[in-house]
Amino acid sequence: MTAMPAVQADGLVKKFGDVRAVDQIDLEVRQGEIFGVLGPNGAGKTTMLKMLATLLTIDGGRAEIFGVDVAAEPHRVRQLIGVTGQYASVDEDLTAAENLWLFGRLQGLRSADARATARRLLAQFGLGEAAERRISAFSGGMRRRLDLAASLITRPPLIFLDEPTTGLDPRTRGQMWDTIRELVDDGCTVLLTTQYLDEADQLADRVCVIDQGRKVAEGTPDELKTQVGDSTLQLQLAPGADQARARAVVRRVLGEEPVTTPESGRLNVPLDVADRAADVLIALREAGVGIASVSVAKPTLDEVFFALTGHGTAADPGAGGPAGAVPGQDTPSLDHTTTEMAR
Amino acid sequence: MTTVLDDPTAARPRPAPATDPAAAVARTRARVGVGDTLTQILAMAWRALKKMRRNPEQFFDVALQPLLFTAMFAYVFGGAISGDVHSYLPLLIPGIVAQTVLTTCMATGTQLREDMDKGVFDRFRSLPMSRLAPLAGPMVADLLRYLIAASLTYVMGLILGYRPGGGVLGVLGAILLAVLTGWAIAWAFTWIGTVARSARGVQGISMMILFPLTFLSNAFVPSKTMPGWLETFTKVNPVSHLVSATRDLANNGVITGQVGWTLLTGFVVVVIFMPLSVASYKRHL
Repeated sequence: MTAMPAVQADGLVKKFGDVRAVDQIDLEVRQGEIFGVLGPNGAGKTTMLKMLATLLTIDGGRAEIFGVDVAAEPHRVRQLIGVTGQYASVDEDLTAAENLWLFGRLQGLRSADARATARRLLAQFGLGEAAERRISAFSGGMRRRLDLAASLITRPPLIFLDEPTTGLDPRTRGQMWDTIRELVDDGCTVLLTTQYLDEADQLADRVCVIDQGRKVAEGTPDELKTQVGDSTLQLQLAPGADQARARAVVRRVLGEEPVTTPESGRLNVPLDVADRAADVLIALREAGVGIASVSVAKPTLDEVFFALTGHGTAADPGAGGPAGAVPGQDTPSLDHTTTEMAR
Repeated sequence: MTTVLDDPTAARPRPAPATDPAAAVARTRARVGVGDTLTQILAMAWRALKKMRRNPEQFFDVALQPLLFTAMFAYVFGGAISGDVHSYLPLLIPGIVAQTVLTTCMATGTQLREDMDKGVFDRFRSLPMSRLAPLAGPMVADLLRYLIAASLTYVMGLILGYRPGGGVLGVLGAILLAVLTGWAIAWAFTWIGTVARSARGVQGISMMILFPLTFLSNAFVPSKTMPGWLETFTKVNPVSHLVSATRDLANNGVITGQVGWTLLTGFVVVVIFMPLSVASYKRHL
């Protein structure tokens, strides 16, 4: 017997005026997995998540959470989910402990139980010291953790996380990832949205990519990445170096044509195996091509997008993208973890 | 760089779920019970009281208006309307009480709107809780505001030399009536709070309703002095009923039919606007 899916959505549609923010999305999230919804700002990730979490009406298609229809029985669905929004949905004027107590009371816990649950969750999320402090004095990372804790009071089997680490520093981000993994170890199913390929890669068992309200790809993170290559070797040639010769060397070593920016003397080489970076560098030295700097970068969301859709995360050659974002802004710097190797 | 190798998801063992989804689905209930709704309303009232205590500046309008307006109206209009300030007070104080309570209602609507725009309301919406509680909770807490507003007006009157003929009981009765009426009328402003686009919008709309309602009544001048058509309007204006009932209670210590009309008006407002507010709050989803 196969277990009932945690989320089953067929042909979900959300319209805002003439814009189809979510356009015919099918989704199946299996029990016990972390499912990542990957896409740039304005792709429709949050809208889709809010529809599944009963926070937005469904304009077309249908969705079920553990077999319960979202549109028909939202009250039942709300008893099965925990929602952690993009902006901390906790009360600024209350302390951390008061927030959790309130949410516990609102979900039918007795006052003493609500207090005990609050204490346990605060300790679990490393917020024990800050229990009596007001949220307005909390850092971004502490807010996110409290927000997540607030979603776990009744131990719902499905957790929605909307961009759980956007805006967090790398260390806090890592802690959040550990917490999310622990949730799944406890038997939760997690549906999270993210704009970081790296995050989907680290956390998600399966990923779907959303662009302009449509699902453009689905699979494991590895399957997605093989479509773009694992990483990119970025070479900055020394001033006056022979670019044509450099290109020829790369082509000979890797059998692939590098992407060049002639004005700045930069070469981008897709690498399926990072080791081969050394081969390229040695060959370049032997050929007498001077190098100013070298770095290896993981594929960015932009590159995944380009591979999947033929356009960047923001570009929309037809009607002018709904997100209206400027290219480059959509590529978070964290996504582009560059490692300097030589100078 | 080979992030795939240290991918923890690959090696992570999958234990049997501690939270069994099938059992969780079986436990779900179709709707919120009456008892749960009451608990939730009280929890939301607790939240509103906490917020009031931590943002005392919210009380400025409630506290300042009775003090300022009572003195201003008494000294500016007293001589013209009643011959002198002292004999104007029995007419004026109940009028100010009504005005203050109505203005406080406006604050209820405005603050609800502000509150609803905050992130925490996303959580309230996603919780399996009564859709009435987020609206009714703050209104329970607001009873305190009406009480403070009405009491302060009488205190200011006493300072200016007002000696209510109805005695302590009459004044307490008048305060109780004002608190109840304020609470009931506030449902109309709560509804405005749920339909308006912004807190400023709520304030604008509410002012448009409040100004004519309080000034086209017998709150500050005897309606006999007005043109006939206006006098007729003041007679059906619910504010006039509240003012008359308050005068009867505070000045004469008698409960008249005006109390009945006032309570009926309040009841009608609740019956109409409570369901409208809840429906509008749900539509926001």
